[in-house]
Amino acid sequence: MKENVTDQTYKNPKERLDEQKKKDSPMQILLDGVLFQNPVFRLVLGTCPLLAITTSAKNAVSMGLAVIFVQMGSEVIISMLRKVIPDKVRIPAFITIIAGFVTIVQLLVSAYLPALNDSLGIYIPLIVVNCIVLARAEAFASKKSVLSSLVDGFGMGVGFMVALFFMGTVREILGNGTFFGIPLPFYGASFKPMMFFILPPGGFFVFGICICFSQIFVKWMDKKRGKPLSLPPEAGHCEACGTCTACSGSEGTKV
Amino acid sequence: MKEMMIILFSAILVDNFVLSKFLGICSFLGVSKNLKTAMGMSGAVILVMVASSALTWPIQTFLLVPLHLAYLQTLVFILVIAALVQMIEMVMKKAMPPLYNALGIFLPLITTNCAVLGVAILNITKSYTFTDSLINALGGGLGYTLSLFLFSGVRSKVDKANVPEMLKGLPITLIAASLVAVSFFGFKGLVENLFS
Repeated sequence: MKENVTDQTYKNPKERLDEQKKKDSPMQILLDGVLFQNPVFRLVLGTCPLLAITTSAKNAVSMGLAVIFVQMGSEVIISMLRKVIPDKVRIPAFITIIAGFVTIVQLLVSAYLPALNDSLGIYIPLIVVNCIVLARAEAFASKKSVLSSLVDGFGMGVGFMVALFFMGTVREILGNGTFFGIPLPFYGASFKPMMFFILPPGGFFVFGICICFSQIFVKWMDKKRGKPLSLPPEAGHCEACGTCTACSGSEGTKV
Repeated sequence: MKEMMIILFSAILVDNFVLSKFLGICSFLGVSKNLKTAMGMSGAVILVMVASSALTWPIQTFLLVPLHLAYLQTLVFILVIAALVQMIEMVMKKAMPPLYNALGIFLPLITTNCAVLGVAILNITKSYTFTDSLINALGGGLGYTLSLFLFSGVRSKVDKANVPEMLKGLPITLIAASLVAVSFFGFKGLVENLFS
């Protein structure tokens, strides 16, 4: 039955065009970035900063804002230059543009927020090699219009920040007993926070559980919509991680 | 000498790049599936980490700092690493075909491996000397290798185990990584006591 439904939609060219339009509408791109193609929980990109700096909600939000800025800026510039950059040198060119934006963030943060600069440390310059930024540059901005790229950059950035904030909140509350630095009332001498969660192993653990819930969410959505909530091949969830040749596809990082 | 040993062993065991600094997680999760690819990747990572440290430290000290261009660090480092990787690949292909066959496919992936850029930047922020930087890079690479090997062993068992449907795939892999990371906590405090 399911197959028939999809067949019919694709037989009718007008409907297909409508669906394509819906896919390209700014609202859909935004929603994809934040929810359906969430860079962290669905595409599994940018795991390094995610695990490293989500020890507190404040760090998570600051990192999220930095990534939103870099993501939007670099996607817009790359989209503007997409017809100028030769295909062969596109990756170095993208990296240079991204590094430029990261340097801007670095200078701003170290000038105005020195405390934040200390707590985020080397993870600010490491935004350059954050797979999300490069993946979206390669998969989206190098093919689509400037406006769509701006929206996609914002959506993906916000999606990343939401994921960071979620993990940061969980880890800070469970591991440190605070929320944005404010101590929570139910912790006391007899009920101490579990240090484990703000230590590195806790990061892996919470992320594993988050991915598990994201899988449950996807299954539930599938059931509701009657068709699988599949990731489009152009989402960039595979070529971006750069380990493709070694990992031979989706098996290990399949969500 | 003592300081060098401390840098080396803390980079391998205590401040393990993968399990405590979270650098190079993508490749760690992708490559640990089988031991052979893990071996190739580790070899390539050690090589590129040491080579890029040997190149970025002089650039920072003798070029960027005297010219007051230290703010270009990120941009210069990533381009230098990208060029270096490309060059190593070309030289290796020509001069050492057997080594190229073993490590070749992993080299292009390494440009965007955070561990390589991470070690280059850490050498500068920790104001290491040139030899210290090389040792730190070597330790980082060896630490990456150690965690990758241990984890691919754990993973081959986990893959055969019967886990709940929802945890299959990535979630159980991450939880296993968490347990391996816990085991590395056993090394905390070891290095200072060992060489004092």
